Amino acid sequence: MTAASLFDDVGQAFWTIAVAATANLACALLGCYLLLRRMSLLGDAVSHAVLPGVVVGFWISGSTSSGWIFVAAVAVGLVASFLIQLLHGFAQVAEDASMGVVFTSLFALGVVMLVQVGPHVDLDVDCVLYGLLEYVSVDTRPVFGLEVPRAMLSLAVVLGGTLLFISLLWKELKLVSFDPRLATSMGLHATLVHYLLMVMVALAIVAGFYAVGSVLVIAMLVVPAATGHLLSDRLAGMMAWAAVVAVSSAVLGYAGDLRFDTGMAPMMAIVAGAEFAAALCFSPRHGLVSRAMHRLGLALRIVTEDVLAMLYRTDESHERETAEKGVSRRRCLAAAGGGMLARLSLPLLWWRGDIRWLPEGRVALTAGGRKAAESLVRSHRLWEAYLGENFELPLDHLHESAERFEHFIGPALREELASELQQPGRDPHGKTIPGSAHGEREA
Amino acid sequence: MIPYNTAIVLAGTSLLGAGSGLIGTFALLRGRALLGDTLAHAALPGLCLGFLVWGERSLPVMLFGGLVSGIAGIAVVVFLRRFTRIKDDAALGIVLSLFFGAGLALLKYIQTHAVGGSRAGIDHYIFGSAAGMIASDVKLIAAVAGVSLVSVLLLYKEFRLVTFDAGFARVQGWPASLIDFLLMLLVSITVIIALPAAGVVLTAALLILPAVAARFWTEWLGAMLILSALFGAVIGAAGTLASARNAGIPTGPMIVLVGAGLFLLTMLFARRRGVIARALAERRSRRRMGEQKLLLAAHKLASPASSSFAFDALLSRTAASPQRLRSLLRRAELAGLMEPVGPEKPGEWRLTESGLRRAAGVTRAHLLWKRFFADYPNSVSLFADLDLEQIDRHLSSEMVAELEAKLRAAGELS
Repeated sequence: MTAASLFDDVGQAFWTIAVAATANLACALLGCYLLLRRMSLLGDAVSHAVLPGVVVGFWISGSTSSGWIFVAAVAVGLVASFLIQLLHGFAQVAEDASMGVVFTSLFALGVVMLVQVGPHVDLDVDCVLYGLLEYVSVDTRPVFGLEVPRAMLSLAVVLGGTLLFISLLWKELKLVSFDPRLATSMGLHATLVHYLLMVMVALAIVAGFYAVGSVLVIAMLVVPAATGHLLSDRLAGMMAWAAVVAVSSAVLGYAGDLRFDTGMAPMMAIVAGAEFAAALCFSPRHGLVSRAMHRLGLALRIVTEDVLAMLYRTDESHERETAEKGVSRRRCLAAAGGGMLARLSLPLLWWRGDIRWLPEGRVALTAGGRKAAESLVRSHRLWEAYLGENFELPLDHLHESAERFEHFIGPALREELASELQQPGRDPHGKTIPGSAHGEREA
Repeated sequence: MIPYNTAIVLAGTSLLGAGSGLIGTFALLRGRALLGDTLAHAALPGLCLGFLVWGERSLPVMLFGGLVSGIAGIAVVVFLRRFTRIKDDAALGIVLSLFFGAGLALLKYIQTHAVGGSRAGIDHYIFGSAAGMIASDVKLIAAVAGVSLVSVLLLYKEFRLVTFDAGFARVQGWPASLIDFLLMLLVSITVIIALPAAGVVLTAALLILPAVAARFWTEWLGAMLILSALFGAVIGAAGTLASARNAGIPTGPMIVLVGAGLFLLTMLFARRRGVIARALAERRSRRRMGEQKLLLAAHKLASPASSSFAFDALLSRTAASPQRLRSLLRRAELAGLMEPVGPEKPGEWRLTESGLRRAAGVTRAHLLWKRFFADYPNSVSLFADLDLEQIDRHLSSEMVAELEAKLRAAGELS
């Protein structure tokens, strides 16, 4: 391989990735608004519906690389989103059905027109499905002495327009996306903003459609935005993550295509899908794994606290004679509700230094464990006292609520309850509330 | 005489249309019109895998693969919707584009690697080629349509219950999830069967168009099912014939275009829910309300009953624009309710004999309604859309008598 051909290869790789990344970025950023407004499928619908526009543009200009195609396709895209609104609002067709009617009809019209224009058109199947990514570096045009792919030029304009649109209408778009009614009541023209957004979406779709194919346009409108939605609760953060997915899937998609030869556009969809799946599992707040971990942690805490409370109560009722003999392992497991978590709870408590092992597998509280158990039982009995004081509940209804609630009463709430009840010494069942000055004096 | 090939295709497409019309009705009413679209896209990787595993083009194997991956796609949609913060629309979009992307990757792989690498067979699934239908395809379609029909006949009550109120069905102890799954399965099979003929994008149309069109004509599920199946068959047949007549126009898109035309006609001209019918009904009711408003004002102004009153007085009382008042008066004159007094008093109007009777009735009804809403304010929303003068139909005679007595006591009604 000579140096020159190597340079060519690098250049081609660079431009291919750049074109794909630009198309992805424009779609991904606008897709965030669609996702928030629950209109992701509108992107899908518009991307199918632009076909007749593409054909008309071709018919007017006679070439596949003209501005007319752009104009006509965007116009038809807008008409499509208008028709969907019209069918939904005026003819009372369900929203998803009106979408289905409009885009399939326009797509069918486009196919029939395509056939009418003639078979010699190089608007063929592969172009629609895979886009022209593989050929972007063939069709170039000099800009400031640099050979830049034509697709790059139009995409750069679209991306620039998108960025400008978003930064100029940041506040308005945000308001309309999250609360269109509030926006309207504040004097914002929500419909106007909606159709401006639709213009931008149609532009991004048509530009992207040409570069990366129809499927990828849909993928890039939905998947990066959804990934961002999983990773951030702020619009800016969501967009930043969407941009990361958009660009990284361009880079990795190129690499993957080199390795597996699947076509770059499908590979980008696969990469974006993998990134989405990763976010779905490992997102710190909304991920499946982190949510499962959180739930597991909570369950473990409740189980260990139940064991501690049981040990404390046994100590209490047997006048501390169990302190030497301890409690059998079986009773501990029963107190924890049995099962895997219960089995885990004892080693965990031991590891934390809350319990100590006695001979024959019996268990007793350590000094530290006793303290922890005391505050837990204190929460429990304070809550019972509070319920008994403020609600007309029979005595046997207090325990169950307290059993559940004790785990969620922190020190602050505990002391507030105590002072609200004027530092009670005993709960409604007559048991001493541990830790209260009054109770200790009595004991 | 229709050539044999066309006859085969004709039979296939009309059966396909009827079957998807039938099942599409449930999909539409269940709010899942676009699920068919996602299903069709999600079937592609399964079709390709079926091809790769079997090693050659075998319709049943590929369709089965498509069915499996389509259902897997729907399962992912359900999972995303149920367990994550991803909403319905995004879930459909994600599954649609990612599954289809994976399918395209496989397709490209088959194109470059597979032995005897003709992907022409699979290409057809993307854009559809109804013209290539053969007798065995038609048998398959007929079998699926038959199974759909039998299921709907046997499980009509169950399907209806789950479609309109799944929560109620569950509470009543029906296996709602199972019935729902059965419906979904029927939708999936129908979509998969339609794929080779209609292609990925247009399959959704076969499911949606007949049902949406049928929805305009009836409020009764049974009639809607029959009508939708009929529409589907007609669309399929007409589209096939149209494309057979114009060589070169593919059948699938032609069917959808015919369907779109039918939908458009239906939407405009349907008897009660159609756009034109609704616009006419709205105009009628607006006119009637205008007339009633006019008579009410005239009756107030005309005391003694046969006296005349000025146009300007009417204008200030009805709070209408001069043009509107003029057109209201013109119509009232045509209906013989009001008349201009004549050249001796220009701009003066009076009620005719029959106009006086109508006006008295309107005034009475108006007073009664006012009193009713004042005395029973909680019932206002129940009667918001009803006609003013039909008060004796809407309220019981005892209620009317009670209101009349109250009004007479207050001296408002004679």
